[in-house]
Amino acid sequence: MGLEYVKIAPGFERYMPRDYVDLVKMGQFGRQVDVMDLGQFKELVEDHPMCAGCYMAYFIRIFYASLPNPEDTIVLGTAGCARLALSQAAVPFIYGNYGDTNAVASGLKRALTIRFPDKHKDVVVIAGDGGLMDIGFGMTMHSWFRREKFTTIMVDNEVYGNTGGQESGMSPKGVQLKMAPKGKQFDKINAVELAQTAGCVYVARISPTNPKRIAKVIRRAILAARHFGPTFIHAYTSCNIEYSIPTREVLADARNREKKDFKFYEWMTDEVKEYFEEMEKKEVKA
Amino acid sequence: MAEEKVIKPGPAGYIPQPASFLGVDTPPPGKALLYGEVVDEEIAMREAAKAMLTRRNPTIFPGPLVLWGYNTSAIEKAKAVLELAMEIPNCRIIPMPDYRPKYPKINPEAEINPNHPNLTILHNKIEACIFVGVHCHYANLSLRMIRAGTNCFTIALCAEMGHEDAMVSLRDVHADDIRRFRDVVVEMRKELGIEWEPKMPPENPSLPKEEWTNVSPLDFGEYAYLLLPRKGEIVEESE
Repeated sequence: MGLEYVKIAPGFERYMPRDYVDLVKMGQFGRQVDVMDLGQFKELVEDHPMCAGCYMAYFIRIFYASLPNPEDTIVLGTAGCARLALSQAAVPFIYGNYGDTNAVASGLKRALTIRFPDKHKDVVVIAGDGGLMDIGFGMTMHSWFRREKFTTIMVDNEVYGNTGGQESGMSPKGVQLKMAPKGKQFDKINAVELAQTAGCVYVARISPTNPKRIAKVIRRAILAARHFGPTFIHAYTSCNIEYSIPTREVLADARNREKKDFKFYEWMTDEVKEYFEEMEKKEVKA
Repeated sequence: MAEEKVIKPGPAGYIPQPASFLGVDTPPPGKALLYGEVVDEEIAMREAAKAMLTRRNPTIFPGPLVLWGYNTSAIEKAKAVLELAMEIPNCRIIPMPDYRPKYPKINPEAEINPNHPNLTILHNKIEACIFVGVHCHYANLSLRMIRAGTNCFTIALCAEMGHEDAMVSLRDVHADDIRRFRDVVVEMRKELGIEWEPKMPPENPSLPKEEWTNVSPLDFGEYAYLLLPRKGEIVEESE
């Protein structure tokens, strides 16, 4: 981790695969890229085995392009769809057991703070609704109660997509799924309110329709976690397979949900707000 | 003698018994492993040199600890590996830059991946290889997989305690030790009467060059809207 780990040893430039040479020369390491320039730089994640039309894959692509310091970032994931793409990225990835991502992230962040006291090392958990709000609920909540300084991103596809379509705590009430033929009996968990109550300093809910906004939210969540405490993003990433959304309609679906229950919502504490205002003033001056 | 070899080139079959279950332990400091037996470093080095000089398609697989110049000792080690490669006739270098799984698959001529190292070895018909600069857990994984499915003679130049699953395993190997091994290779080459002018191995026959600076979102055709939705735009039909 660190920029020195993405420099090819002298003499080996001619033996490295082209992908890695491009990653070093035209990648994101050591510079901030604009998410609107996607396609004009070598991305951290390219190939992935996710389903055609998967909106989660799109979100993950934007996520990697938005990292403020990819060379100083560790991503954690767990069982679920997201890890299929996360594990293939050129950013260190840790695969937690189902549900323990936020506990692993807590230890990791603390260790990194001790090991690199004068440097920011970002820890980001990306897991699904099952990993964070069902099976990993306890560990997620307790990491927030302890005010652990890392970012948690929930890629919410509202179903256990990997295992055949069981309902999750985040599935909307009444929805019928392959393994929930009677329809879900309970309401969708209000993860955003839980995060606010549990001590997160920055919380956002987003339906990823606008890449610029996604990038801004991810960047803000990571920067706020560096200084103030836990941050949380709840992102709607539909499962077009389990919800039978035709590939060409996934974006329309995301927009539709954005108008209903996934309206953009951003909340932060006063000190975080002040910090961003200061930062943005400096950026405007620069 | 052949019957006495505990760890020998495979294929040993699907999921072979790990070397440690066969009673092989890592060598003590100053010693090395040869076919699972603890021997002097010199003897192991000579056998490794002989394999690299006489078996088909000798290849060096440098790992991240050599490929990425993250400190001076890594850079020095990388230099020593290149010096060694120059002395082995028709040697190739196929890198293992990291350990992430690759989908749909790697280009076996351009790189080796620890999750399926046998693909690279079988594709290139490699019968002798050197692992250097690969973190121990992934070296263990790869070496056992190679022993299971290929007839490759594996040599581990380990900076830590060595690897039981390699046919030859040297421990505490740093730049100076690699240069010592290079000298053994030169000596053995002379003994075997192989004539060779030191030269650099061929370049990586890499993936086609992509001109990233000129790529436009429009190159994504009908899916461009997924990348760059415009303000106020609502896409209802795309076909």
